Amino acid sequence: MLHPDDVGPVPWAPLHPLPGHVSRGRLERVLRRGEFAVTAEINPPDSADPDEIEQRIKPFEGWVDAINATDGSGAHCHMSSIAVSALLIRMGYSPVTQIACRDHNRIAIQGNVLGAAALGVANILCLTGDGVQAGDHPEAKPVFDLDSLSLLQTIRMMRDEGRFLSGRPITGPPQVFIGAAENPFAPPRDFRPLRLAKKIAAGAQFIQTQYCYDVPVLARFMARARDFGLHEQCFILAGVGPLASARAARWIRGNVPGVHIPDAVIARIEGARSQRAEGKRVCIDIIQELREIPGIAGIHLMAYKQEESIAEIVHESGVLRGRTPWRRDLVARMQAVETQGAT
Amino acid sequence: MRPEDAFAHTGVARRPLPRRSLRLWSVRHARGLEAFYRRFERALRALDPLFARIGHARLERPVASVEHVVKATLFDCRMCGQCVLSATGLSCPMNCPKGLRNGPCGGVRDDGHCEVHPAMPCVWVQAYAGAERMGTVARLGTVQPPLDHRRAGRSSWLQAAQGHAAS
Repeated sequence: MLHPDDVGPVPWAPLHPLPGHVSRGRLERVLRRGEFAVTAEINPPDSADPDEIEQRIKPFEGWVDAINATDGSGAHCHMSSIAVSALLIRMGYSPVTQIACRDHNRIAIQGNVLGAAALGVANILCLTGDGVQAGDHPEAKPVFDLDSLSLLQTIRMMRDEGRFLSGRPITGPPQVFIGAAENPFAPPRDFRPLRLAKKIAAGAQFIQTQYCYDVPVLARFMARARDFGLHEQCFILAGVGPLASARAARWIRGNVPGVHIPDAVIARIEGARSQRAEGKRVCIDIIQELREIPGIAGIHLMAYKQEESIAEIVHESGVLRGRTPWRRDLVARMQAVETQGAT
Repeated sequence: MRPEDAFAHTGVARRPLPRRSLRLWSVRHARGLEAFYRRFERALRALDPLFARIGHARLERPVASVEHVVKATLFDCRMCGQCVLSATGLSCPMNCPKGLRNGPCGGVRDDGHCEVHPAMPCVWVQAYAGAERMGTVARLGTVQPPLDHRRAGRSSWLQAAQGHAAS
């Protein structure tokens, strides 16, 4: 059964406002109710065909609370994150629109924030962005006019003070739930909890971490975060994802910036009869370990080219504890029951 | 001249590698250098009435040139005009290929090197080490505003003399 706060009159419209909430989207509601949230990421298509987005999300419909639309992830060119978000909203989904500082300066970014909010985006994730060297256009100009911290501050200023960075007023401020990423696994590891505190001070209300394949490192990071009381000031979603094979894991470790995979994880997958099944199993085991860490408010699933496994992972790990996230056909069924009840 | 020499200095992105040893030396000696700078800054402030008599605008170019030579040698300074060295463990954040002034990105390699230039130690791994030596780790928590690109090339020392230290 869906929570009544999560259903609006029409699927694509903002939900009715709730006190103490900054946005009118579902993700903030799920988190503030204290549910264990599940978000997933799709890589936007290399295409102008909106049906390709529908095909990508269909395999996990009804298993996630929000869908991240990446912004030129890995510095590769894809459909823009705001356009993908608008298409997801049109279908009724709640997107997390990622904004990376690599490709736009402060003028473009602030304009995009207003445009995204106008299209119904309720969640924005502020990222620095991978360097251009990681992508298919290494000769491109890296912009990085803002960084993730100043981007957080900028959007919070637009929302809460109704002003651009220049100080010029905004007549209709963007009502968005602001998020940031953190990588607890990258050096300098001692600095990472301080950086998390800094992001919260700059306006981050939720955090999605880089892939976790090393639970003890995340546990130590969370222990420090709890020492500072950070888990009470923002919702921390741990990033997870299945590895397709030992070869894929080695490739990711060597080529995708910021992904830390211990040798033991690769050895476990390599030794299995079906590496793909074992990769999924490793992911489920990690989810079950990290949900026990105090302060982890949910998971963020990144299953690049394995979107079909997201539903299985969420189902088999049992993280939803019987809860049903929003999905299109459920709303139709609920409305049918309501109409029957009314007559 | 051989034909290839004509192209030796073109089309090659400037990498912070050649002077990296000195920059790393500066971070290793962050504590002493910072103490020296504090005395230097006090001297600058004491001299400010004199600077004002000469005219800050007239001093801008000569001071900026000297500052550039000294700071480029010690820190690989890029003359952003908004120096935050004291708040970044004396590791100049403008050497980060992403120009990050608020801490390391998530792409730092397991060996502590840069995502973009694998041979270069991450400036923020250095900054953390420098700040630990200086006992100023808490200052890394200050959120730095985005750069004002109009100030590129201008002297930070003259601003410090007038009491407008960026960090």
